[in-house]
Amino acid sequence: MRKVAVSGVGLTGIREHWGKSLRDLFEEAALKAFEDAGTDDIDALYVSNMGAANLQRQLNLGAMMADALGKRGIDALRVEAASASGGVAFHEGVKAVASGLCDSVLVGGVEKMSDGLPDEVTASLAMAEDQEYTAYTGITKMGMNALIHRHYMERFGVGAEEIAMFAVRGHEHARGCPHAQYPFKISVDRILSSPMEADPIHMLECAGIGDGAAAVLLRPAGESGDCVEVASTAVASGHYYLTERPDILTFEAVRGAAARALEYAGLSHGDIDLVEVHDDTTITGVLALEDLGFVDKGKGATYVSEGLTARDGELPTNTFGGLKARGNPVGATGLYQVAEVALQLRGQAGPCQVEGAEVGLAQSVGGLGSTCAVTILRRR
Amino acid sequence: MMIMRTDSTVGIAGYGAYIPMNRLKASEVNRVWGGFGAPIEEKSVVAMDEDAVTIAVECARYAVNRADIRPEEIGAIYVGTESKPYAVKPCGTIVAEAIGATPNVTAADYEFACKAGTEAFQTCIGLVSSGMVKYAMAIGADTAQGRPADALEYTAACGGAAYIFGLRSDRTLAYLEGSWSYVTDTPDFWRRGREMYPRHGNRFTGKPAYFQHVVGAAKGLMGELGYEAGDFAYAVFHQPNVKFPIKVAKTLGFGMDSIKPGLVVPTVGNTYAGSTPLGLAATLDVAEPGDRILAVSYGSGAGSDAFSFVVQDAITNGRDIDPPVSAFITRKRYVDYSEYLKLRGQILR
Amino acid sequence: MSVPRYWREIRYRYRLIGERCADCGALFFPRRGACPQCGSKNLEECKLSERGTVASWTVIRNPPRDYGKYSPYVVALVELDDGVRVLSQVVDVEPDEMKTGMRVEATFRRVKEDGSSGLIEYGYKFRPIIG
Repeated sequence: MRKVAVSGVGLTGIREHWGKSLRDLFEEAALKAFEDAGTDDIDALYVSNMGAANLQRQLNLGAMMADALGKRGIDALRVEAASASGGVAFHEGVKAVASGLCDSVLVGGVEKMSDGLPDEVTASLAMAEDQEYTAYTGITKMGMNALIHRHYMERFGVGAEEIAMFAVRGHEHARGCPHAQYPFKISVDRILSSPMEADPIHMLECAGIGDGAAAVLLRPAGESGDCVEVASTAVASGHYYLTERPDILTFEAVRGAAARALEYAGLSHGDIDLVEVHDDTTITGVLALEDLGFVDKGKGATYVSEGLTARDGELPTNTFGGLKARGNPVGATGLYQVAEVALQLRGQAGPCQVEGAEVGLAQSVGGLGSTCAVTILRRR
Repeated sequence: MMIMRTDSTVGIAGYGAYIPMNRLKASEVNRVWGGFGAPIEEKSVVAMDEDAVTIAVECARYAVNRADIRPEEIGAIYVGTESKPYAVKPCGTIVAEAIGATPNVTAADYEFACKAGTEAFQTCIGLVSSGMVKYAMAIGADTAQGRPADALEYTAACGGAAYIFGLRSDRTLAYLEGSWSYVTDTPDFWRRGREMYPRHGNRFTGKPAYFQHVVGAAKGLMGELGYEAGDFAYAVFHQPNVKFPIKVAKTLGFGMDSIKPGLVVPTVGNTYAGSTPLGLAATLDVAEPGDRILAVSYGSGAGSDAFSFVVQDAITNGRDIDPPVSAFITRKRYVDYSEYLKLRGQILR
Repeated sequence: MSVPRYWREIRYRYRLIGERCADCGALFFPRRGACPQCGSKNLEECKLSERGTVASWTVIRNPPRDYGKYSPYVVALVELDDGVRVLSQVVDVEPDEMKTGMRVEATFRRVKEDGSSGLIEYGYKFRPIIG
């Protein structure tokens, strides 16, 4: 299998793009990626998205976006793995180039959450879970997180403030980020005095509703002088039912994907210079650091609140703000993460730059950890 | 009409009751509508996710538990109610499925205003004594609709009870000596098909309606059985308010002590088809072996069913497996009038 | 709302019926084609306990479509006495009375309805034990 490089990167800003459709946003990100790569010649197109079937009643996005880009005739499909769609689509794109079946692949994710009313969006996000037995209870995605957030506090004696710090750190990193939805600082007091979203999770601990698109162009490494190479990608599925996990605070899918990705890349945790993790609420950000293997179980919140995840810290985390501050247009998020790692490795992260970044890891999670995609990028 | 007696003796194999948790005080109704005085203290109100079906299922489950039988042995399930969630689609089938009695069972719903539950008693008794089924369950359950600012708003309440009838054995909790139904076409209270609330004849609901039929059925039964009030340890009468059952008890010669255990209306309200069944359950909760109990329902339209039960030894151990009616009465949460309206579906989100 | 989808799950939802693996003995809910523990297809229906303990809980304040009228409501991870865990609403309790470790029992309630003319969907919820 040949090595794959990230040749081009394109991101739209994340906000309520009232005037732009699913197609408009996708085109914008794709064109930026083509421009960045210096080519728009592609063999295949992977479109990642979670909510379009419900919110826009739109399927067949592969064909739709191939047409939108003037690329009729190429291999095109939609990839869906709930909120891990972006990371999983990237994995598929890498496979296509690494295998030699394709020489130039665009992987783009897009989400238009603001097209739905809040309760429709909430129902949409819950579609990752079993509709008949999980979603049927009326639980929401945030509610699922709340169950483990509470359990984490009770088991490890960690306070609400320590976990909330994950969002504080994210916001610190989002300042100056050109594509972030909320590029400003936020205090832990403000977070903890915000209304409850799903007890004990406060509203300001949850990633917001936003629209956005992110695209990455992949080509064989070495061909075009690109400096960012895919060290590995891995996807793992986990227990579909939270109720059947031996330990509800451990996401086996994250552990599995991380182990596979590190092994395939021939790397260990100490080699990773920065991580982009899936903090749809603060607790999943905390658990990500633990399940990815960087911090012991139960110590994640303290690790973050003590500042070890700052850009100049031991493990720079969510360097452009993460899901909370940069934003979480669900189906596209995984690709925002990959693009951000690429920008870091290229030295193009601007005010968000982590000095000397050589290897970065992105973690994209679907549902409550029923799917996880881990991507490791490396500077050539 | 002759007394309704069965060739084979039938009895109550198990019973179960349920009252929702919410309570609306009569004083709260007065606060809003400017009334004074109150026919009762407070009434029960369903939660947003309860209805006559959910109440019926709860009662049925407790009854199956007390009867200690397999649900597959129940051959008939009838739900008497005037607050059916579906005008067409029986509550009975949902109950049957929920307790595991399907598919070899007959099921349907009964309507006869507040006596729909005891109407179902009569059918169940017939089915069991004829040998057509081994066990038959009759449920009276309602989430009665009270028109705002109407006198009945104080009392229209939610709750019910279920009874499983079977042939008399040592395990029977109380056996039936006989029953009597007294029915005429008396339009004292009714609800037309598409109306949300019933209408009634106000004072007409007293003498020509409630009293005529309750006394008619009670005297008919007691006369044929050769009993007087003194032969009964307890009596349960339909309780639309506190005054009526007390008055009719006096008329028939029953003292306050004999009706007290079954008089749940002061703190529960009138659970309509659940009223007499619930009162009977509260009585069975305290009755001793050998006690004779008179139960007389009343349903507008109009009619009464009277029953004479004799409690057996089995009751002593048989009833404690489930919570008594008093546990449901003391389990409460007060709502104010605005929450009451929300719960009654009258304020749409 | 789909009639067949609802109807298929009726007995499992109404009566908390799960599955037991005849090979490894695992008890699980909801039913599946293969044992989640050992993968065996040798499965038989099994009624679950109706009592359990709250292992964790939350309060849903921004519900999904169709659940709006019941908001706010408690959803909990309940560990049944037979070891199976289920996700379920907990009713007849104030959110500020909820505690991990609370003993609860199954009850039968309305889950949602399709407007004023459509199907009413019923199912299990849990409540603090009565009596």
